[in-house]
This record gives sequence, C-alpha cells and structure tokens, in this order.
Amino acid sequence: MSDTFLGMPAFPQAARVALHNTTLRANLRHATHTIRAKRAQAVAELSDWEQLRDAGRQIKDHTLRHLDRYLIQLEQAVTESGGTVHWAVDADDANRIVADLVKATGESEVVKVKSMATQEIGLNEALAAEGITAYETDLAELIVQLGDDRPSHILVPAIHRNRAEIRAIFTSEMAAWGRAAPDGLTDSPGDLAEAARLHLREKFLRARVAISGANFMVAETGTLVVVESEGNGRMCLTLPRTLISVVGVEKVVPTWRDLEVFLQTLPRLSTAERMNPYTSMWTGTVDGDGPQDFHLVLLDNGRTDVLADAVGRQALRCIRCSACLNVCPVYERAGGHAYGSVYPGPIGAILTPQLRGTTSAIDASLPFASSLCGACYEVCPVAIDIPEVLVHLRERVVDQSGAGHRTESIAMAAVSWALRHPSVLATAERLATTTRALHPRRPPGVRAWTAGRELPELPAQSFRDWWKENHR
Amino acid sequence: MTQAARERILARIRSAVEQTPDVPPPTRDYLTAHTRDDPTQNTERLHRNLTEYRAIVHRATPTRLPTLLAERLAAQGAQSIVVPDGVPDAWFSACAIQRYGDRGPLTPAALDAIDAVITGCALAIAETGTIVLDGGPDQGRRALTLVPDLHICVVRTPAQIVPSVPLALPLLAPDRPLTWISGPSATSDIELDRVEGVHGPRRLEVVLLETEG
Repeated sequence: MSDTFLGMPAFPQAARVALHNTTLRANLRHATHTIRAKRAQAVAELSDWEQLRDAGRQIKDHTLRHLDRYLIQLEQAVTESGGTVHWAVDADDANRIVADLVKATGESEVVKVKSMATQEIGLNEALAAEGITAYETDLAELIVQLGDDRPSHILVPAIHRNRAEIRAIFTSEMAAWGRAAPDGLTDSPGDLAEAARLHLREKFLRARVAISGANFMVAETGTLVVVESEGNGRMCLTLPRTLISVVGVEKVVPTWRDLEVFLQTLPRLSTAERMNPYTSMWTGTVDGDGPQDFHLVLLDNGRTDVLADAVGRQALRCIRCSACLNVCPVYERAGGHAYGSVYPGPIGAILTPQLRGTTSAIDASLPFASSLCGACYEVCPVAIDIPEVLVHLRERVVDQSGAGHRTESIAMAAVSWALRHPSVLATAERLATTTRALHPRRPPGVRAWTAGRELPELPAQSFRDWWKENHR
Repeated sequence: MTQAARERILARIRSAVEQTPDVPPPTRDYLTAHTRDDPTQNTERLHRNLTEYRAIVHRATPTRLPTLLAERLAAQGAQSIVVPDGVPDAWFSACAIQRYGDRGPLTPAALDAIDAVITGCALAIAETGTIVLDGGPDQGRRALTLVPDLHICVVRTPAQIVPSVPLALPLLAPDRPLTWISGPSATSDIELDRVEGVHGPRRLEVVLLETEG
C-alpha cells in the first residue's frame, strides 16, 4: 500500500465522489448483501447468542478496567516462554522497533500476515524507507498492494474490487513483484486464488522474517491467536526464522477460557462460518517448530486516549469482525475509502476520531458519517453502542466549534423542540404541505450535507390531517 | 526506549481508568455445548460439518485403514508422503509410494516437493467441524501439515471428538503450538464469496477411525 490516507477530504466530499461511482456501489452492494444473509444464518444456529455477546462485552470491559495488570501478566508469560516484548507509544516508535529488528536479521524483505495494526501505523512505508520490502500475503491485501490502492474494508480490504478488476491488476502488476500471473488468467475466483498461490509460494518458501498482528493475546498463558482462512497466516507464522507481531494493547484477554467466547462469535460474524478454516495459537517459541526468534510489539498509538473517555472507550472492545460495515447503509453506499482511515464503516467512525483526534476535517466529519440507524449496534458481537459513541463524539466536535456542525446542532434542537410540542408540529406540517409547490428539490442551507440528497415529495395532506378526516 | 515507553503506557492506562468503578469478571451464562454429548451424534455431526466445508470424509475400521489410505493417495495422484514419527507403521502396510520421515529436518523447499502428509490429531470439535493439531508425535511440527498440498488426518472416534469449543479448550495445552483446521484452505476475498484452496493444503481428507472406547 503506497497510497495513503493523508490529506483526505472530509467524509461528505469523499462520499459524494464515491456515490457517483456506479461500479463501486454495485460491488459493495453485491458483497455486503451476500454476507448479510449468511451471517444471520450462522448466528441463528446458536441459541445462546445473546449470552455469548454479553460475555464478550463483559470480558472486554473487565480487561480494559485492569489493562495494566493484564499487560504485565502477558509480558511475563511471553518472556518466560522465550519471546521478547517491546512497548511502543506511537506509530513512529513501533515502526522503528520493527525496522531495527528486521535489520538485525540482515534481511531486506519480510512476508506479512494481514494486520490492521500495521496498516494503522503505516509500517510498510516505514520499512520501505529503510530499504526493506514488505510483501502482503493475504489475498485481498495483495490485491490492494499490487493495485497501489487503499484498503476499504476491515476483513476484505479489496471489497471495492470485482473479479474483472482483480484479474486486470494481477495480469498487469504481478510480474513487477515476483512471479507473473499465468497466461490466459480468467476472472473466476478459483483461478484468481490459484494465481495468488503461485505468486506467493516462492516468497513463503524463502522468507526468513514474518510480521503479523494478532486477534487475541492471552495474559495468563502468553498465547497469541491468529484467525484466518487462506493459510497465508500459517505460512508466515510457521516457516520463517523470525516472527514479529505488532498488536494493539486492547487485544489482550485475561484467560485461556475467554477464547471460548470469541472463537464462537468472531468466525460466525466476520465470514459467516461456524469456524474459519485456520486458527493458529502459539506461546513464545518452541524448539524445532516454527520461528525460533519471537518478538511482540505492544502498541498504544492513541488507545490510552480512547480508554480515558468513559463513553468512547467501548470502541476498544472491538474484535474487528467487520459485521458493522456489512450492515451499514452508509458504508454500503459510500464505500470504505470515504472514511479516510484503515478503519472504515461504523467502527471506524468512532475509532478513528478517538485515535487521531478531531482536529482535521476528515476526522471531525466522521462522527457525522452515520444516520444513527443502530444496525451496527444490533449486530456487534461485543455490544459496542456505536450510535451512543457517535452522538458523544458529535458533541465533542460541536464544542470545539465549526460553523457547519453548529448549523446541524441548531437544526436538531429545533426539530427536537417541535417533536416535543405536538401543536407546533401539526402547524408546521400543514404549512409544509400547503406550500409544497414552492419547495426546492434539495434541502436548503448546509450544502456539504445536502448536495448528495434530494427531498422526498410531500403529500398533499399531512398524516395528521388525513387521520382526522378519515377516523373520526 | 522501550522501557520508558512501557512505563508511560502503563501510567496512561492507570490514569485513564482510575475513576472507573471495578468491572467484575464475566458471568458466562452461555451454553457449554449446543448439542448433547452423545458419541454417535458427535461423529455424525463432525462428519457433516467437515463435509459442508469441503473436506472429504471417510469412515474406517483399523483393519480397513491401510487399504483406504493407499486408495486415497492413489486417487489423489500422490507420489510421495511425509509422515511424522509417531504415526504407526501399520497404517502404511498397503502403500507402495515414497514415504519420508521428517529427517534433517526437511526444508520448506523439500516439503514443497512432497505431495501429501498423513497425521493423527489432538482432538476434533463436532459443532464447528474442526480438527486441532498440537504438534504431538503423530502430527509433527507445523510445517509438515502446511506445505504439502494434500493433508489426510485420522481422527479416532469417538474418543477424540468433543461436542463444542468450550469443551475443547480445557483439553488443549496452550504451551504447544496449536493449529485449528476447519476444512481446506479457503478465501472470501473476492466479492465475499467463499472459494476453497489458496495457500494451505487445498485438499483435506479426514478419516474417522472407529476405535474402542
């Protein structure tokens, strides 16, 4: 990924561009609708889903309350089993630690397991600046890397690409990165997967250093867990001599037993499977099996700021299942790039402004990138009340001023007053219907919000008046 | 400096949560299993769930096992296999193909030239259609079951099958490298549609071996 999110326009501008991209909208609609139905079915198989969801929430909240204790316990367990633990306050810290570790091996290339944390800190770019090439090995990450593109989904970063586009990228770009795409490559998913297999095989077999993230870290045992489908994770976690895992501090869980909750909820929500094809668990190093040198880099990079916010900290429960993206009407239409962050969709709209602050235009606009419909909260396996955090962050943005958002807060205040005063509402409705010929097609005022929207046609009569006439 | 970073992060965490009331550990009122722990049902369910995720599943008695393995290797066109030390020799009494032990040990390139691997497992989980490897003597180190393109895994039934994930975890040792396998390698990365076969073994065959108790 050489393209970056720096200098991104605010969500409304980016979304407006995306809304006019019909291929993108079709790709997203197809993919998100495919997964929604399957997910509902996978969840319905478990009669205790609500209890599992509640336990997931409780485990995460308990962990966050005692995060210092569990990180120290984790550090001790990893160290005792032969690993080395590093702490990184921010992205620069983490990138420097990883680059130094890679350089110490004498290698100039690494293979990577898909990892949100390393995308968040821009590790690939930092390594490139040190003369180290990082090869992404997850199929979707490979598509993004070869296409000089940006990720647009947490689980499936190339969700914005359809099979024809992927075929074109493979055909034109693979040769520059290693083994070229086979002649006569078709756009069948099976053939595309085969091309990726052949392209990456030589890299796996010769790799000496791998970089990963982790889905979970178990404090009591020092075990790291990576959940995946393709086997690229297993390749990276098994074949190289040195393994470096960069993991956000919030990924720790206290006990081995806690995995029984998340290993049931995560696969069903993310890929709608009873279980994902491969899960790897390792504790430090093991003589004669897998990497003999293991480093864990614990990453803060704004997470402790999130933790300090009593409402916003629930975002740290996130297990990156991406179900909230797949159900979100805003994400489905605007796509992931409009969020200007490696964390798109509803979770991104609450996580990014907390991790990065709300000073830039894009970050200040993210809490407004939602209709507050609540589908994300309903589906979330750790019960993050995303609408609650969005509203909380909107207050924060409005408080730090900004004329556009003040307009919205005034409008919202007016609406809320009218809704609490039925006679005012009735008068307003009657006024609106009798003057409807005069209405503009688009809502007046705040153009940033209204430009992409058309007003619905008002009926000749308000519902209240119709009710009065017909139900006396 | 990482030590200074450590202190700084821990201090920031403490100041972030110090005003927060204690949060008790979870109540865990979810189920331990979603099905009854019945040996016949466990085997049926494992069989069905593995098949749904495109593993090829066989049933065999100990007497029939060597013939079955020989047949499957021939059917898949395998010319060579790698076998961990702890797999009984008797399993291969009907096989004539080239058989390697993990001597040297075998390099990734050497493993890449071998067609298949045959192992046992630590346990299997019926509800999710999962087999778990823990690097035991009949499974070998992780690379063996990763690089060859065909993995044949023998599960002793009913003894090695547990109904659910919560019943599996207490039986597994966290200090061993664990690999949970639910069907062959797959991806949903193209249009969120599941396709089997990427980097791990593209073909997974599971033999449910009927044993006493």
